[in-house]
Amino acid sequence: MEIKRVVFVGAVMLAASTLALAGPDPRPAGGTISGKVSYEGTPAKMKPIDMSKEPSCAKMYTTPPIAESVVTGPGNVLADVVVYISAGAPDDAAPSTAAVFTQKGCRYIPHVLAFQVNQELKIVNEDQTSHNIHPLPKLNREWNKSQPPGTPPIIEKYDKAEFIPVKCNVHPWMHGNFAVMKNSHYAITGDNGTFTLPNLPPGKYTVTAWQESYGDQSQDVTISGGETKSITFTFKAKPY
Amino acid sequence: MMWAWRGTMGKFFAVVLVIIAVASAYPIVMHHYPLPEDISTHGHLIDEQLNETMIEAGVAFVGAQLVLAFFLWSFTGRKPGSPLKTFPGGAKGLVVFAFVIVGIEVLALGVMGQKAWASVYFTPASADAVQVQAQAEQFAFYFRYPGPDGKFGGIHPEKIDEGNQNYFGLDPENDVAARDDIVSGELVVPVNKEIHLMLHGKDVGHSFYVRELRLQQDFMPGLDLSLHFTATKVGKYEIVCTQLCGLGHYNMKGYLNVMSQADYDAWLKQQSQ
Repeated sequence: MEIKRVVFVGAVMLAASTLALAGPDPRPAGGTISGKVSYEGTPAKMKPIDMSKEPSCAKMYTTPPIAESVVTGPGNVLADVVVYISAGAPDDAAPSTAAVFTQKGCRYIPHVLAFQVNQELKIVNEDQTSHNIHPLPKLNREWNKSQPPGTPPIIEKYDKAEFIPVKCNVHPWMHGNFAVMKNSHYAITGDNGTFTLPNLPPGKYTVTAWQESYGDQSQDVTISGGETKSITFTFKAKPY
Repeated sequence: MMWAWRGTMGKFFAVVLVIIAVASAYPIVMHHYPLPEDISTHGHLIDEQLNETMIEAGVAFVGAQLVLAFFLWSFTGRKPGSPLKTFPGGAKGLVVFAFVIVGIEVLALGVMGQKAWASVYFTPASADAVQVQAQAEQFAFYFRYPGPDGKFGGIHPEKIDEGNQNYFGLDPENDVAARDDIVSGELVVPVNKEIHLMLHGKDVGHSFYVRELRLQQDFMPGLDLSLHFTATKVGKYEIVCTQLCGLGHYNMKGYLNVMSQADYDAWLKQQSQ
């Protein structure tokens, strides 16, 4: 009798766990990792950009624009930092919308553009002068393309995840970055230095923050349900 | 039919030659192609040299065409069998004569013009000239001033970072002399003061050319070349790259901004902040 009961309970448990494993995870994918990226120390003073060689762009500014390698916000926060899940999440298929990178006033807008592997990248020239956009990847294929004013956007895509600096062959001060992501869990901090990564199923994740001058930092975060976990990244600023 | 009026075509051609020679010399003589404004202390030497060359070449050109027309007119349509005159000494004499005549002309121009060349290239800049370094890269000019400490910082190619505006590869963190260096996209100079321009090529061949200064010099990668000039008139003048350097060469230019001494000092002070 005892053995039969044990066997019966064991069989029920086996069946239940098998059922549980067989179908999709019934727990909600609603976990969030949010937080802030700050710096300590004194960041280098960003210099104004001298566009005198391109008068058609220089005249668009009343005061010369400032270089954007390090963008800070009130409260010692860093903007333009890419925060993303670097481990623990599966790769995602690329969305159908294009990521748009604009050349305007002889600058790249936005300074850092994050998009996914195989997502369409659309490069637009809104200036009265020709540009020659030249991304500098190490893993992906390198190319550069001329884009005179009034010509259609350049359509490209990247098939490997990478951080790619972007320059213009005609205007040496133009500088931007592409952040090619493997999954859809990424954010770029704004002027308040904050980021939010929602819709995370339970699991153990590695969150990485990347800033073009200061490099990257990673932290491990575990999500067990629908909670919001808050983390901060602090970069050491370089005075030069 | 033409052979009946012996020499008609020859004489007609001689007339046409004279017309072409005179018509092409006319716009030059009447100064329909004026030189650009001269704002440099050595500019007049270059302009004189240009004018002397033009006069010499012009006289030789028109003279040669007129002599050719004369011979054509005189000797066309001569009766078959009439004796030919030859140049004294034959073909060899002709070659020697041409060699000597042209040689004298070229040597004369060279001797007369050597002062223009020497004043720019064989005399060094004076010790109290304003020092400016000019760097040519694909596809812009950048200029560096030593700043209040009067010393240029070192150039470290591995530190060049265009996106961060470090075009020269300065290392202000470790190199104190580099901390106050002023880097500008415009060549700003005071008027009536000698400028010592040190040319440094960053990548490929470029050339610095300001036509109003009558100054042109190629950048040679690996060489640091020296130029000096004194600008005599306030204003903004175009610097163009005149050596094909790649796909952006058409757009490679900068501006020379000649200011009064007071404006220049104010500009320096503002850049140092």
